[in-house]
Amino acid sequence: MIRVVLPYHLRGLARIDGEVELDLAAKPATVGDLLAAVEVRYPVLRGTIRDAATGARRPLVRFFACGEDLSFVAFDEELPAAVAAGREPFLVVGAMAGG
Amino acid sequence: MSGVRLLVGTKKGAFVLTADGRRADWRVDGPLFGGWEIYHLKGSPANPNRVYASQTSSWFGQIVQRSDDGGATWNPVGKDFVYDGVPGTHKWYDGTDHPWEFKRVWHLEPSLDDPDTVYAGIEDAALFRSTDGAASWHEMPGLRGHGSGNYWQPGAGGMCLHTIVLDPSDPLRMYIAISAAGAFRTEDGGATWKPINRGLVSPYELPDPKAEVGHCVHRIAMHPERPTTLFMQKHWDVLRSDDAGESWHEVSGNLPSDFGFAIDVHAHEPETIYVVPIESDSLHYPPEGKLRVYRSRTGGGEWQALTEGLPQANCYVNVLRDAMAVDTLDPCGIYFGTSGGQVYGSADDGDSWTPIVRDLPGVLSVEVQTLP
Repeated sequence: MIRVVLPYHLRGLARIDGEVELDLAAKPATVGDLLAAVEVRYPVLRGTIRDAATGARRPLVRFFACGEDLSFVAFDEELPAAVAAGREPFLVVGAMAGG
Repeated sequence: MSGVRLLVGTKKGAFVLTADGRRADWRVDGPLFGGWEIYHLKGSPANPNRVYASQTSSWFGQIVQRSDDGGATWNPVGKDFVYDGVPGTHKWYDGTDHPWEFKRVWHLEPSLDDPDTVYAGIEDAALFRSTDGAASWHEMPGLRGHGSGNYWQPGAGGMCLHTIVLDPSDPLRMYIAISAAGAFRTEDGGATWKPINRGLVSPYELPDPKAEVGHCVHRIAMHPERPTTLFMQKHWDVLRSDDAGESWHEVSGNLPSDFGFAIDVHAHEPETIYVVPIESDSLHYPPEGKLRVYRSRTGGGEWQALTEGLPQANCYVNVLRDAMAVDTLDPCGIYFGTSGGQVYGSADDGDSWTPIVRDLPGVLSVEVQTLP
């Protein structure tokens, strides 16, 4: 199972407690597959992580996993092996902003 | 016994304040949607249990929420605001052409007679309508396409369509206002629009102070029994029109400052209006540190300061354009919220004021429902 940790406000919006677990059909799964699966399971999140029209990551959303910033990887990049194996979560993070 | 329900949008959530008809003891529910900016909530005049809310975030974008039980429970509904056709460009702050981009919903205006029909004023400025309870939204493209849209330019707060006024005597007529494009009117249900800014003078904002479009209108208010008489708080100047916006004249009179955002009309006296003067566009707080509502019983021109119960020293809050509302009880209740998180209420036409709550997040909007 792939584990996804969503930020506080998106968990509240989608009424999620704890991590999201996804069993992705695509092998190997990509970042885009993961995001699409989140949006299919929780339609209210469509447009909150990536723009609903363009599909681009929203500017103040970041993706972290395995101690790396994956925010700028292409959506067709494969997920890190530790994320694909469920050993590490994929973190969707609200970027630091403001003072 | 009748009662009132205040719908308060703040920078960090929504609050619902309820009281019976005496309007003395208030129940405070919230925060709803804690941490999100709630630009506006408004109930349907046709079904007060139906309430719409605009929930937005710089991080996560736009959500629209709907309640069918008077704000007790909520469900997210449609949030896709897609401009009709090729959106084109408007002017950016630096005068260059800038593509139209959806940013947020500023104002939700439910239909007067159909709970499932609701209008949305958005940034970048456009008017959308839903006829299915906000499940889906469709632009009314005649507004942006009327001819001047590519010259519209944002004000400091963004290029927002913030005011939607529906004419109860004519379902085909409505008024809208945009910062900083001005006021517009349709008389065919939104198919075509006309700028209605004759008489507005903006020497500090526009190279041509009397331009047909470009004025920073802050809000328009109307009494339902006099739908062709409109009151306007412009960036500077308070104005009125007695011909459905065809022409305007200034009624700032003896106000200590004619800059401000909010303006509203007494529920039972069409010539009694309220504003909250703000020092200037540079300062955005009340003159002399005194929070004063000004009331005119003559439709403008002659104004009286209402101060009882309001702080008269060291007060430097702002009152935003959608943060004032009136109920329809008798005496009329007036309510407004501040950037400092206070919501003040008056149950006696504005003669005296009481803070209903003091420490909410900064208030973005206040609406009131008068309940049977």
